[in-house]
Amino acid sequence: MSELSVKHLLGIKYLNKKDIQLIFETADHFKEVINRSIKKVPSLRDITIANIFFENSTRTKLSFELAEKRLSADIVNFSASQSSVNKGETLIDTVNNILSMKVDMVVMRHPNPGAGIFLSKHVGASIINAGDGAHEHPTQALLDSYSIREKLGDVAGKNVVIVGDILHSRVALSNIFALKLQGANVKVCGPKTLLPKHIESLGVEVETNLKNALNWCDVANMLRIQNERLDISYFPTTREYTQQFGVNKKLLNELDKEIVIMHPGPINRGVEITSDVADSDQSIILNQVENGVAIRMAVIYLLASKIK
Amino acid sequence: MGQKVLLSSKEINIILHRLACQLLENHLDFANTVLIGIQPRGTFVAERLTKILKEEYKVKKIDLGYLDITFYRDDFRRGDKTLEATATDINFLVEDKNVVLIDDVLYTGRSINAALAALQSFGRPKEVELLTLIDRRFSRHLPIQPNYRGRQVDAINNEKVKVLWKENDGKDVIYLIDR
Repeated sequence: MSELSVKHLLGIKYLNKKDIQLIFETADHFKEVINRSIKKVPSLRDITIANIFFENSTRTKLSFELAEKRLSADIVNFSASQSSVNKGETLIDTVNNILSMKVDMVVMRHPNPGAGIFLSKHVGASIINAGDGAHEHPTQALLDSYSIREKLGDVAGKNVVIVGDILHSRVALSNIFALKLQGANVKVCGPKTLLPKHIESLGVEVETNLKNALNWCDVANMLRIQNERLDISYFPTTREYTQQFGVNKKLLNELDKEIVIMHPGPINRGVEITSDVADSDQSIILNQVENGVAIRMAVIYLLASKIK
Repeated sequence: MGQKVLLSSKEINIILHRLACQLLENHLDFANTVLIGIQPRGTFVAERLTKILKEEYKVKKIDLGYLDITFYRDDFRRGDKTLEATATDINFLVEDKNVVLIDDVLYTGRSINAALAALQSFGRPKEVELLTLIDRRFSRHLPIQPNYRGRQVDAINNEKVKVLWKENDGKDVIYLIDR
């Protein structure tokens, strides 16, 4: 009987290939559940989960909340802007206070890389990292791979290019770990200023010409330019970025095959991809969102089964 | 660990035919009746019965579904192992239908309890019946009894009933195993 090798989901880095396989197989069953007219199962009726968000989020928070509710967990939500964090409370104190109210699991988003890892060493609850700074966003990478598997049958052997701001992106890093673990070939593409030095050491190739990258790939995962994280100017203007690294319908029509377009959202329409691409048949952006709930249900279910 | 044959392939076949006839007696043309095999191993019984009803008793159409009860079980987090799910495949609504739940062995009744809860996700059935190939009658934890039973067994708790199927395990046979 299989179970996850980890007690927390802190990053893809800590998972093995079998873990990912188990999460996907479990997500298949939950996908069937969320497509019923009654989308709820009672598995986690005696589990309480705290969603602690120290950073803004719409999609991820909503997706986690829905996943938890569809598993019948009790949930409490906490966002930093309305909390005692502003009064000077430390992270451990904040979380320990929440855990004193008998919470079994914490889903946390935090602006500092490693916040989840730090927390897992100091508190007893099971931690799910919902994004920690520019470090990892494991559930996003899992749902991305799951969506590729659903669309193309398998992740192994597929060519995937991640386009955009690789430097500040936790989605990129988690995706690289997840894709490599499953045997995909990965390239990153973007302005040189937004590609981290030594990224090749993760086993990915660097390509600065978007057209070459698109010609090579089966799947293009388009990232958003995260203006809120850009402390200095990494490229001259948004318009110039779009000209060089934006995907439009004309560019896709020039390719000799039909590639799959992904985006973790939120989309800046007209910047990294145009509307006609985002809304085209090649795009699986909304499938990613649907799969996000199934993947998060699977992760929560598998981790919760280890809580004694 | 000793094991003895509880039912041979021939006996299983006779019992399945009797169960099929009993279902026919109560449900005639299966127009408003659906069969639901409980995953993972009730599905074999359900498939065999469907085959007999269609091929030997010329029932034209039978709705057959598979129900996974993993997420409805009451022992989540109570054992050492993660409960692993199997597929649910019910592409019809059970609303106002006569449902026959089908499983291989009825033991504590907890699986059936979970199945009744799981069934609610697919509508409100008119009536639910239970068919089970083996009924371990002295082992129940819940007040659940089958409407159709293949063979009643007075197995004690440290004995195990193991049902093997040709399509999955190479041969049809039911063992009583002494643990």
